[in-house]
Amino acid sequence: MDFNLALHLGLPETILAVSSLLILVFGAFRGDKGMISVSALCGVALIAAAFAAAFGHQGAAFGGSFIVDGVALFAKVAIYIAAVFIIVLGQGYFDRVGAGRFELPILILLAALGMSLMVSAGDLISLYVGLELQSLALYVLAAFRRDDAKSSEAGLKYFVLGALSSGLLLYGASLVYGFAGSMNFHDIAQSATTNLNVGLIFGLVFVICGLAFKVSAAPFHMWTPDVYEGAPTPIVAFFAGAPKFAAMVLFARVLQTGFAAQADQWRQVVLVLAVLSFVIGALGGLMQKDIKRLLAYSSIANMGYALLAIAAGAVGIPALLIFFVLYMVDTLGLFTVQMALSRKGEPVTRIDSLAGLSKTNMPMTIVLTILCLSVLGMPPFSGFWAKYFVFGAAITSGLWQFAAAGLVASVVAAFYYLRILKLMWFDVPAGDMDKSPLETRWIAYAAAAFSFPVVIVFLVYVYPLAQSAAQGFGS
Amino acid sequence: MLSDMSTVVTLAVFAPIVGAAIVGGFGRWLGNIPSQAITTGLLFVACALSWFTFIQHTWGGMEDFTVTVLPFINIGTFHSAWSIRIDALSSTMLIVVTSVSSLVHLYSWGYMSEDPSRPRFFAYLSLFTFAMLMLVTAADFMQLFFGWEGVGLASYLLIGFWFQKESASSAAIKAFVVNRVGDFGFALGIMTVYWQFGTINFHELFPMIAAHQGQTWEFLGQSFSALDLAAFLLFIGAMGKSAQFFLHTWLPDAMEGPTPVSALIHAATMVTAGVYMVCLLSPLFEYAPVAKMIVAYIGAITAIFAASIGFTQNDIKRVIAYSTCSQLGYMFFAAGVGAYQAAMFHLFTHAFFKALLFLGAGSVIHGMHHEQDMRKMGGLWKYLPITYGVMTIGTIAITGLGIPETQFGFAGFFSKDAIIESAWAAHNTPQGMFAFCMGIAAALLTSFYSWRLIAMTFHGKKHWEHNEAHGHDHHHEVIDGHDASEPAHDDHGHDDHHGHGHDHKPHESPWVMLVPICLLAVGAVFAGVGFAPYFIGEHAQEFWGHAIFTGPTNHIMHEAHEIEEMWVKLAPLAVTLLGMLLAWYYYIARPNLPKQMAAKDGPVYNFLYHKWYFDEVYQATFVKLTKILGDFFWKVLDIKIIDNLGPNGAAWTALKSAKNLVKTQTGYVYHYAFAMFLGVVGLLTYVFWLVH
Repeated sequence: MDFNLALHLGLPETILAVSSLLILVFGAFRGDKGMISVSALCGVALIAAAFAAAFGHQGAAFGGSFIVDGVALFAKVAIYIAAVFIIVLGQGYFDRVGAGRFELPILILLAALGMSLMVSAGDLISLYVGLELQSLALYVLAAFRRDDAKSSEAGLKYFVLGALSSGLLLYGASLVYGFAGSMNFHDIAQSATTNLNVGLIFGLVFVICGLAFKVSAAPFHMWTPDVYEGAPTPIVAFFAGAPKFAAMVLFARVLQTGFAAQADQWRQVVLVLAVLSFVIGALGGLMQKDIKRLLAYSSIANMGYALLAIAAGAVGIPALLIFFVLYMVDTLGLFTVQMALSRKGEPVTRIDSLAGLSKTNMPMTIVLTILCLSVLGMPPFSGFWAKYFVFGAAITSGLWQFAAAGLVASVVAAFYYLRILKLMWFDVPAGDMDKSPLETRWIAYAAAAFSFPVVIVFLVYVYPLAQSAAQGFGS
Repeated sequence: MLSDMSTVVTLAVFAPIVGAAIVGGFGRWLGNIPSQAITTGLLFVACALSWFTFIQHTWGGMEDFTVTVLPFINIGTFHSAWSIRIDALSSTMLIVVTSVSSLVHLYSWGYMSEDPSRPRFFAYLSLFTFAMLMLVTAADFMQLFFGWEGVGLASYLLIGFWFQKESASSAAIKAFVVNRVGDFGFALGIMTVYWQFGTINFHELFPMIAAHQGQTWEFLGQSFSALDLAAFLLFIGAMGKSAQFFLHTWLPDAMEGPTPVSALIHAATMVTAGVYMVCLLSPLFEYAPVAKMIVAYIGAITAIFAASIGFTQNDIKRVIAYSTCSQLGYMFFAAGVGAYQAAMFHLFTHAFFKALLFLGAGSVIHGMHHEQDMRKMGGLWKYLPITYGVMTIGTIAITGLGIPETQFGFAGFFSKDAIIESAWAAHNTPQGMFAFCMGIAAALLTSFYSWRLIAMTFHGKKHWEHNEAHGHDHHHEVIDGHDASEPAHDDHGHDDHHGHGHDHKPHESPWVMLVPICLLAVGAVFAGVGFAPYFIGEHAQEFWGHAIFTGPTNHIMHEAHEIEEMWVKLAPLAVTLLGMLLAWYYYIARPNLPKQMAAKDGPVYNFLYHKWYFDEVYQATFVKLTKILGDFFWKVLDIKIIDNLGPNGAAWTALKSAKNLVKTQTGYVYHYAFAMFLGVVGLLTYVFWLVH
């Protein structure tokens, strides 16, 4: 394997790794005053990496432990772009709360690097390295407002439970290695077909559990509402999107590359996780009073749908990619709206506080209406298409009962989005809203515009792209 | 030539809907007079074109043809198109509908002159006319049904035109609901036809019928003649629309609508749609002997039944309404014994004299300041001389006065005698004999109640004079359980308009109302003698062409001409004169006698006065049963079972589980870790179980 080619394939990661170190040195000299320039530099690095990924070559390097295929490239571009938006939002947010530190964008950069390694992982070592790089950056980010009790609590909880999940994952990885005799997914697959035993399957279940924690699938979801509630909002917006996408791609790769022959076994496990996730996500949201906790349950439910796409097998991969892009935009939009709304300097956190929003802030009401309709799956908004592709893939591979269950769960979940609509449009306002910060306003508008009508144009061009990216995945 | 005629008939059919659309949409903006002028003008255009078509068809040697306007439904083997079918039947109906409709439009200028929503009224009238024209020119069942429902809608809208009045709006609903019963049968009939023949197009259907004779349909171990079934179901539709026995209850209540509406819809045109349909479907009925027999029986029963009620009613419009019902019965039993030509002829003449009677009654009501109770009239001949004259002509026409074996007679004489003679021609069948007897008896009653109407209204003491003391109150007096007066708003400014002040002297109607009545009177006198040769006489064969089919064994029309028994021909005249004499005796010579009879409150009188208790029986059975059933479905099935197990139950379960779920979210890290541990163990167990 040519080292030159390896570097070529790893160009986006190289850009991120090198620039993060350089920017860290730059930041150390400028101090917190230089946060804005650090943010800008990080943004530039991410965009450069996104370009590198978009026009990158496909192949495998480092003895098969680093895989660059269509799915990896697709996911990387999406993750980098999402990270850019988070840096923009985070810059404004931490500036306003007076907790701005130059490490923030660099941590986001490092997390993006970790995710990028995750989606390219070709063996158990790179899987674990990528996952931990990402997780460690996120633990810090969750507790970034260290003077804030809730933020610290969120960071700590996330760290402790994350460590537990890493332990499960590692245990599973060692079992797999022990029984298969190799770290590489392809070798594991070979060994599993010729010599399958329960130990290998148990190892797989442990790995699945570790990954399920990262995507906050039930029953490994319990950290989600607490962390979402406590962590700073832009960071939560990040949590809800990119890391889950990366973990989900990793999930799919482990199962479909490493254990392709055991599809019948792991499909059952994944379906259990999927059904539990969308049921708990739908029911849990019913009683919530906090916007961010509600969105936590919403994301749990959505992870259930994504797992359904994984359970569908190869036909589910394009659906998974499209689902995540559309889901990330909706989530980003929803959290941005939450950031945009404040009353006398106090951020609006309770759902009740949205009452009568249509009388005080019409543009945001419209944005939130579109986004809510989208996440509840109303045609022709983007959330409908996301679900459409996932359920379509599930039905194609004969999982129609689970698609039907998902549909029922989404009907239950529709209640809490509709309640928001009812509050905003028909209830009496609780008081005037502050003027929304510039960047939140525009990102919210953009997300809503994407939800409809941009999504239609987007799908025309990107769906074929996702389909060709998914070609040959897992082989 | 043919393409020109296509244009002519298309214009004739669509002119009314253009008027309805313009006035319905922009009537308020256009104002009253332009709205009236547009609809009436277009109707007269349609009328002229229809007469032109009729003349071309009858004397111009024009062939039957069908214009296809637009495709409608094309699914698999089911095809339907909007089309205009022109043959003897439809061209006859075209002139009947457009002539009466245009005269009624004109009449309404005067009659409705004080109504605040005249554009709406005229738009509805034109809409009705369009729907009726669609009905009569239909070339398949789909369009027939469209027109059928269209006239039903217009009828509903016009009966409830004064929707502020509760009795009017409930009468409208009653008409609609009773018609639904008939329409349900009609729709089933159409489906049966499609199921048997695979087409709903008359042109394709009719030649196929003979081959299907004797085909049966198994149901519950019984076999039914399929053709009889189809014909019977279709006849149920006709019963609803034409207010036949059992489904007649809506027609008298429909008199809540403005009088021009009663004249147009509930006398001359819409209610005859059932008769028209039976004649149109003569190829089917000819092969459906059982259905035909039912038609004859129902028709005969309706004829006598409605006439018997007619002579106890006191509301002038209700008397004419029951008379309509009875005359429709005549038409049906004529069709039922196979004399479709006679039925159509009576339909044609009846349109003139019945519209005349209604418009005349409207003129009386108008002149009497919206009084409809005949007991409060009397001696009006001096005050409404023209109305009196034309009403008398109408009465002579409906009672069918004429000299047998000659050409001297009013319109009803020709058509009604033709019907009675054709019933006699079928006297060797039980239904023919029954129809003949009932026809004669009904003729007696018809003569009696018609002359009773004239006597009570125009002769005798002026009962309205002593009412003056009551001032306006008599407008609101309740007659027969209904508020018989027109709505309150109609009274506003009424007196000022006519310059009477508080003088309640009856007055003759304006010319705009009298001209249509006089034109109709001409029809009532000459429609019989003028058209008898074509409808039932020596030219009948070439006049009807293929429009009416008579089976190989059906020689009724021929036999009706060959009747040798003189008494059969004289009997109608005899009973008519007898009825006239009785009316004279009871209401002019001894006017106190009827009052005494009514005061005695005898069972026969009550039975007839309460319309054979049909409304009461229906109320106690169907209405009440439906209510009980509805209550059951609503309160028990829907609220208790469906809602509790369905939406409410699901919502309750979801909320309950959500509450329990939230309880597990304690916030303690070790609880969360424990949950994860449980998850791992659970999944491992599951997989272990799967593998083994």
